[in-house]
Amino acid sequence: MIQAIVFFPLIGALIAGLFGSKIGHRTSEIITSTLLVIAALLSWWVFLPIAFGDGAGETIKIEIMRWISVGDLDLHWVLRVDTLTAIMLVVVNSVSALVHIYSIGYMADDPSRSRFFAYLSLFTFAMLMLVTADNFLQMFFGWEGVGLASYLLIGFWYKKPSANAAAIKAFVVNRVGDFGFALGIFAAFVVLGTIDFDGAFLAIEGAKGTSINFLSMELDAMSVVALLLFMGAMGKSAQFLLHTWLPDAMEGPTPVSALIHAATMVTAGVFMVARLSPIFEASTLAMTVVLIVGATTAFVAATIGLVQNDIKRVIAYSTMSQLGYMFVALGAGAYTAGIFHLFTHAFFKALLFLGAGAVIHAMHHEQDMRKMGGLRKKIPLTYAMMLIGTLALTGVGIPGTSFGFAGFFSKDSIIEAAYAVNGWQGTFAFYSLVIAALFTSFYSWRLIHLTFHGKSRADAHTYEHAHESPNIMMIPLYLLGLGAVVTGFLFYDQFFGKEKYIEAFFGHSVVINAAIIDAAHHVPTWVKWSATYAMVLGLLVAYWMYILAPKMPARFAATTPWLYKFLLNKWYVDELYDAIFVKPAFKIGNFLWKKFDDDIIDKAIVEGIGNKVQDLTARVVKLQSGYLYHYAFVMLIGIAALLTWVVVGGGMVK
Amino acid sequence: MILSDNILSIITFLPLVGALFVLLVPGNDAVALNNMRRIALATTLVTFVLTLIMWSMFDPSNIEFQFVQNFEWIGNVIGYRVGVDGISVLFVVLTGLLMPLCVLTSWESVKKRVREYMIAFLILEMLMMGVFTTLDLAMFYVFFEGGLIPMFLIIGIWGGKRRIQASYKFFFYTFVGSVFMLLAIMAMYWHAGTLDITQLLKTEFPKEMQTWLWLAFFASFAVKMPMWPFHRWLPEAHVEAPTAGSVVLAAILLKMGGYGFLRFSLPMFPDASAYFANFVFVLSVGAIVITSLIALVQTDIKKLIAYSSVAHMGFVTMGIFTANVYGIEGAIFQMISHGFISGALFLSVGVIYDRMHTREISAYGGLVERMPKYAAIFMIFTMANVGLPGTSGFVGEFLVLVAIFQVNTWFAAIATLGVILSAAYALWLYRRVIFGALTKESLKSILDLNTREKVIIYPLLILTILFGFYPAPILDTISPAVQALVSNYSLSIGADLLAH
Repeated sequence: MIQAIVFFPLIGALIAGLFGSKIGHRTSEIITSTLLVIAALLSWWVFLPIAFGDGAGETIKIEIMRWISVGDLDLHWVLRVDTLTAIMLVVVNSVSALVHIYSIGYMADDPSRSRFFAYLSLFTFAMLMLVTADNFLQMFFGWEGVGLASYLLIGFWYKKPSANAAAIKAFVVNRVGDFGFALGIFAAFVVLGTIDFDGAFLAIEGAKGTSINFLSMELDAMSVVALLLFMGAMGKSAQFLLHTWLPDAMEGPTPVSALIHAATMVTAGVFMVARLSPIFEASTLAMTVVLIVGATTAFVAATIGLVQNDIKRVIAYSTMSQLGYMFVALGAGAYTAGIFHLFTHAFFKALLFLGAGAVIHAMHHEQDMRKMGGLRKKIPLTYAMMLIGTLALTGVGIPGTSFGFAGFFSKDSIIEAAYAVNGWQGTFAFYSLVIAALFTSFYSWRLIHLTFHGKSRADAHTYEHAHESPNIMMIPLYLLGLGAVVTGFLFYDQFFGKEKYIEAFFGHSVVINAAIIDAAHHVPTWVKWSATYAMVLGLLVAYWMYILAPKMPARFAATTPWLYKFLLNKWYVDELYDAIFVKPAFKIGNFLWKKFDDDIIDKAIVEGIGNKVQDLTARVVKLQSGYLYHYAFVMLIGIAALLTWVVVGGGMVK
Repeated sequence: MILSDNILSIITFLPLVGALFVLLVPGNDAVALNNMRRIALATTLVTFVLTLIMWSMFDPSNIEFQFVQNFEWIGNVIGYRVGVDGISVLFVVLTGLLMPLCVLTSWESVKKRVREYMIAFLILEMLMMGVFTTLDLAMFYVFFEGGLIPMFLIIGIWGGKRRIQASYKFFFYTFVGSVFMLLAIMAMYWHAGTLDITQLLKTEFPKEMQTWLWLAFFASFAVKMPMWPFHRWLPEAHVEAPTAGSVVLAAILLKMGGYGFLRFSLPMFPDASAYFANFVFVLSVGAIVITSLIALVQTDIKKLIAYSSVAHMGFVTMGIFTANVYGIEGAIFQMISHGFISGALFLSVGVIYDRMHTREISAYGGLVERMPKYAAIFMIFTMANVGLPGTSGFVGEFLVLVAIFQVNTWFAAIATLGVILSAAYALWLYRRVIFGALTKESLKSILDLNTREKVIIYPLLILTILFGFYPAPILDTISPAVQALVSNYSLSIGADLLAH
C-alpha cells in the first residue's frame, strides 16, 4: 500500500510525460488525477488509525533496492513510514490531488496541459520520496527532485522571460541552501559515522560535546552538523536571507503556487528539522538560531506583505511569514506544534491560493488588486471560500474553548510555545510573532477589502464578465475550506494537547519535550489572548483604512515615503544580492576568461615558451590541410625514435 | 578458453582489422562510402559486444589483473602484456560503448574524406583500448601519445574554421607534457629493470626519485585531464572538433589522465602523491570554481560545455588524491558518468549544429516549441551535468565530496560551491537555447530529433538514469580493486586512511 501511495504519482508522471501527446490531454489529466486521488485516499487510510485509533505503531520500512554502497556508506532506497511521515503523506497527497482536479479547470485552455500534469505528478513523487526517506541522501534526492519540479513549473510558461528568470532564481537560490545541506550530510557522516537516520540518532549520545575541525576552527560537532543542515532548510522554506526566490516563484501557474509554494515543498525545511529533531536537540546553539531565523522571517515577511499589490504576492509573503512561525515552534523545541501548523496551514493556504486563482480566472488573468474591488457580488462562492481561508489564516477563535478555525489552534500553540522559551530569544520570538499576527490580520483583510469589497476599479467589461469558476475548480475549494475549518479542533489533542495524547500519536517519530509543552500550556491568560487581540486590532485597522477611510493608505504612504519604499522594495534584499553576488560573478567570470586565460596563460606563458611553435603554426595555417598527414607521420616517427632511444639506452645501461 | 585468453587482444586490434577493411573498399561513390560507414559501425559494435562479454567474465573479487597475456617482445625490454583490473575494466567498456555512437553521429555530417575519417576513428579506438589494457609502460606511452595523432587529424581535417590553430595547440600542450613522462619512463626502467607494470607496481622507488617521477607524470596527465591551469587547449579543441571528435575527446581521452593518476602516480609514487595532495586539491578546487565562473560568461555552446568538463574533471583529480575509498570510487564513477553525460551533451550540440551550422548561443532561443523531444533530453542531461540526485552525475560528485570533507573542510566547502555555480551556468545556457519565444526566422522550420539521433542519444539517457538510481554494477566492479589500492597506499605512507 505504501508503495502505491508513493509510486502512483510517478506512474502518472511517466504516462503523461512520455505519452501525453499520443493519449491526449484529457486522458493525461484523468489518469494523473485518478492516481493521485487513490494515493490521497490511501494516505488517509494509513493516517486515520494512527490519529484516532491505535496511535503510533512500529515504524514501517520497505526496502526498494540498493543505492550507493562504498566503504562504510551503505545506502538503500527505503520507504519509511511513521507518524510524522503519515502526516506528510496526507498533506502532500490530499493537496496534490485537489490541485490536480482544480487544474483540469484552471489550465483548460493551455496547449501543453499533459506536460503540466506530468510535472505536477513528478513533483508529488519527489515530495513523497523526501518524506519517506530513511537516510539523509534519499531526503536529499527528494529535496533536489522537488527543486527540479518547482523549476520546471515556475518556468512552465517558457515564453515569458520573467517566468524563466524566476525559475532559474528559484533553483539557484535553493542550491545555495543545498550547499549547506550537502556539507551537513558530509559532516554528519564524519561526526555520526552513518547517514542512516536511525543509526545517526543512536550515535548522537556519543558525539555530544565532541568538537570537529571545520574551516580551521574547532567547533562543537553537533552544532556544525545541525546548522549546516538548517541552511538547506532555510533555502527550501524561504527563510529570511534565502527567501528571495519565493515571491518571484509566483510567475508559475497559480495551482503550482498552491501546491508547491504554499502547502508542500516550502514546508520541506520544517519537515527536515522535525525529522532530524534528535540532532537539533543536541545543539542549543542550533535551536536558538532556528528560533531567531523563524521569528525574524515571520516578522519581515509580514511587513512586506502589508504593501504588496499583486494578490498572489501577498499570499506568498504570508506563506513565508507562516513558515517562520513553524520554525519558531521547532526552535522552541515544540516540534509537534510546528508540524501542527504545517498541517493546518497546508489546507487554508492552498485554499487561499486556489481562491486567488479563481479570482484571477474570473478577472481574465488580472492579478493587481488595485484593479479589482467589489467582486463579492459577482463571485459570492469564491468570496465565501476566501473568507474561510482568511479566518483560518488570521487565527479567529476564542481562547480557552474549542471554537476556532484551523489556524487559530496551531498558531496560538506556537505563540504560547515561544513565550515559554526562557531568555531573550524567547521574548524576541514571542513579540515578533504577536506583531506578525497583527500584520497578518491587516494584510489578509486588506486583500479581502481590495478584492471583494468597495467599488470595482476594474474596467467595466472585465467586471461585467467576471464569473464564478466551474465546479471542477470549486469542489477542491469546498474540500479545502472544510479542512480550514475542522483540522484545528479535530486534531488539537493529537498535535498539542496533553502530553500523553501527543506521545500516543507521534510515538518516537519526533522529539517530544514535556517541559516546553507543559510550560506552553500554562502561560498567563494575557499571553493566550495576545494573538487574538493582535488579530482583532489588525482587522479593525484594515477595516478603517480600506472601508471607512479609503484615502488613508495613500496619505500614509506619502507621509513616510522611505518606509513605504523600503517595504515595497522588499527590504532591498534582491538589489543587495544582485550587487554583491550576481553581477560580480559575471564580472569575475569575464575577467578570468579574457584576462587570465587568454592573456596570461595563452599569450604570456604558452606563446612565450612556444614561440617557435607559434611560428610553425602561422606557416602551417597557409598550407592545405592535406599536409597534416605529413606532420602526423613526422610525429609517429618521432615517437618511434624516442622509444628506440629508451630501449637502446636501457640496454646500454644494463 | 580461447576467447577469454585472447579477449583483450581481440578487443584492442579488432578496430585495426576494421580499418583495413575500410581501406580496401574499392571506389569512392555513394555506395562505397556507405559500405565504409557500415564496416566501421559493424566493427565498433562487435568490439562493444566483446567488451560487454569481457565485463561479464570479469571477476571483481579478484584484485589481480585478469585476461592477462605476457610475452617478451622488443629486445626483451618492451613486452606485449595486457590485462585489466577493477580500475581499468570499465574504461574499456566505456570506450566500446561510445565508438559506435561516434560512427553513427558522423553518418551524415561527415561528407568529405569518409574513408580516412573512419580509419582515423578505428585507429583511435585501437589506441584508446590499448591505453586501458596494456601492462607495459612503453606500450602505454605509445598508445597514450599515439592517440594524439588520429585526434590531431580529426580536428585538423574535419574540424571547424580555426581547426588548424586548435589542432596545433592541442598537439603542443599534450606533447610537451608527454616529453616529461617519457623521461620518467626511462628513469623508471633504469631503476627497476623492467617496463612490466605488474612488476613496477611492486617496486619501491626512493622518496627523492618519487618526487621527480611524480612531477613528470603529472605534467602529462594534468594536461590530458585537463587540470586548471593547463586546460587552455581543451575549449578550442572542442569548439573546432567535429561532433564525434568532441565526444571522444570529452568522454574518453580526458579520462586517460585520471586513469594514469590511478594506475601510476598513486600506487607507484605514494609518498610523492601524499606530498603533492594539497597541491592537487588547490588546482582541483581552482578548476571547479574558476572554470565554472568562466563557463557562466561563454557565448559559444561548445565552449561552455568544454569549460564545464574542466570543472567536472576537478572533482576527479580531487577524489583520486584523497586516496580513500570514497574519493577514488567517486572519481572513477565520475569519469564513467561524465563519459555518458558530456558525450551526450556534445552530441546534443551536434544535433542543432548540423541543422543551423552555428554554435553561438545567441543564434538560438525557443527551440522547445519546434523540438520538444530534444528539449526534454537536453534538460535531463543538463540536470545530470549539475549533479541532480537520480542521475549518474550525482553519485560521483557526492562520493568525492564525502571524501574530501574527511581530508579538509576548506577544500570541501569550496568544491561544494560548484553545485551552485554549475546550476547557474547550465540553466542559464538552457534558458537561452531552449526556452523563450521562438522569434528567429531561421529557427522556424527546425526539425526535432530523427530516428538516427534518437538511437544515438537514448542509450546514454538510459545509462545516466539507471546508474543514478542503481550505481551498484559500477561500484561493485571497482570496489575490491580500489580497496586494495587504498590499503597498499596507506601501508606505503604508513597512515591509516582506510579506517575512514
